[in-house]
Amino acid sequence: MARMTGRRALAALPVLLVVTFAVFAVAAASPFDPVKAYAGTAGLTASQENLDQLRANLGADRPLLARWWEWLTAALTGDLGDSSVMRRPVADVIGERLGWSVLLAATAFLIAIALGTLLGVLAGRRRGGLLDRAVSSAAYTLEAAPAFWLGLLAIWFFALRLGALPAGGLTDTASDTVTAGQVARHLVLPALVLGLTQLPWFFLYVRQGVGDALDEDPVRGARARGLRERTVLTGHALRSGMLPMLTLVGSRVPELITGALLVETVFSWPGIAAATVTAATAVDFPLLAALTVLATAAVLLGNLLSDLLYGLADPRAGFDG
Amino acid sequence: MADPRTHRPRLWSSAATVGVLLLAVLLVPPLVQLDEQAVDLSRKLLPPSWEHPFGTDDLGRDLLLRCVYGLRISLLVGLVAALVATVVGTAVGAAAGALGGWTDRTLMRLVDAFSSVPHLLLGIFVVALFRPGVWPVIASVAVTHWLSTARIVRSEVLSLRTRPFVDAAVSGGATRWRVAVRHLLPAVLPQAGLAAVLMVPHAMWHESALSFLGLGLPSHQASLGNLVQNARSSLLTGHWWPTLFPGLLLILPTLAIAGLAGVWRDRLNPRRRSELTL
Repeated sequence: MARMTGRRALAALPVLLVVTFAVFAVAAASPFDPVKAYAGTAGLTASQENLDQLRANLGADRPLLARWWEWLTAALTGDLGDSSVMRRPVADVIGERLGWSVLLAATAFLIAIALGTLLGVLAGRRRGGLLDRAVSSAAYTLEAAPAFWLGLLAIWFFALRLGALPAGGLTDTASDTVTAGQVARHLVLPALVLGLTQLPWFFLYVRQGVGDALDEDPVRGARARGLRERTVLTGHALRSGMLPMLTLVGSRVPELITGALLVETVFSWPGIAAATVTAATAVDFPLLAALTVLATAAVLLGNLLSDLLYGLADPRAGFDG
Repeated sequence: MADPRTHRPRLWSSAATVGVLLLAVLLVPPLVQLDEQAVDLSRKLLPPSWEHPFGTDDLGRDLLLRCVYGLRISLLVGLVAALVATVVGTAVGAAAGALGGWTDRTLMRLVDAFSSVPHLLLGIFVVALFRPGVWPVIASVAVTHWLSTARIVRSEVLSLRTRPFVDAAVSGGATRWRVAVRHLLPAVLPQAGLAAVLMVPHAMWHESALSFLGLGLPSHQASLGNLVQNARSSLLTGHWWPTLFPGLLLILPTLAIAGLAGVWRDRLNPRRRSELTL
């Protein structure tokens, strides 16, 4: 077990290295100029000597490989450079915002799993029935719906029409302290929307799993023993039907990040996904690069988790793979 | 989903939707001769009515017309991006599968590395550095979409390589190149084509997300994502229709193309149960 974990983690390392290098290579190939970005509007009037001086100070004239290596070694010591748009060290920006993103993503995941499991069991027990057809169609439609669009409609309905929930941010505009109650109220809409965008996948997996399990021998045996339908459904069908879904939760990290990029922006949630969009808009390369690498690391970690859970859940899947 | 009885209605409704949307996008702009940019401040933010089925936006422009133009731009970007991604993906996948060995390992590790960056994030990264313009958007969508095609084509080529007709061609003295181009490539094209068709709505979705974030197409080229972005201020004053309709026009082609592709997939692989793909 530990050996497999170690091996998989080692296999993820080169991927992370390739991605960090690609980030620098793409930037080097692009028209983006760190000197002009650093100097801003002052760069338009600055003399050529000043610009050259700045270029030398920033190390922008050095070869790609050297810049990449310097960034990488500095990053390992926790120094990720300075964000030009936030005017602070990148590490501080991430440290301050990461928690909020994790809170949002975890809540959304829980909503999606709980709701997806419930609906999946209800639909899976009679596939092709009215409920199944209705919920499945809704799931496909939801899967096709853009997250930002759902978020905006949710703001319109819950915040503007009903006035029941705040439309965005982390706290009320009047308050300058962060209290748990306020955060909870502000969390509801973004977490619900992000959860809804993840829901179709969980629902379809549980539906398929439960539906298939109901045709299999353990369920037939349980029915033959005269167990109650509820016991059969939750104790037998759901248990084997949920397994593939739970083991694949880790592989949903990319979709979660994609959803978070849109949802955090729509709801002005102060997380790292919203910061990514800000960094991209302002072409803040140090922040954008760090967040891209961080997201990649999260994806690789999710994949690792998936592999581990799969190995734990199904002993046939090789621990030595 | 796998029930053949539901195939016919699903096929027809999907085909009709795709047909109507295509006709609208192709015929409305040249035939109608209306200016979608025409500003009429006396008619701003009118709710949907017979005269303006989708209502009007904050500058009094007809939203139905704006949405048709928006769909046209989004569809065009989606088509070009899907085409580029399919060509790249097929080339990489076929090379990896046909050449095997060291080339295969390198190319597939590359695909793995690319897949580890969340796609929208990779798109945002590319667009941020190469902005502004249409081509950076197309490139950023294409760069995230060729990976799945490469995987599909590679696995298809690998399974084809062991088939008798390939053995026959090799024993007949065919070169590697000839086997790849004359025997393997035509056999993988249906799968690659299916992947390409499914990619178009996904590419449209990507373009809209980028445009919504303000990183996509310039705002005078109003794609569906730009329309939703521009509608934000109207939404905050309680006017829902400029937001609702562009989004519906993104969902509709996605569902219709998925419906068509589902039927196509069942024909390609009659024995494989329809998977949960969209």
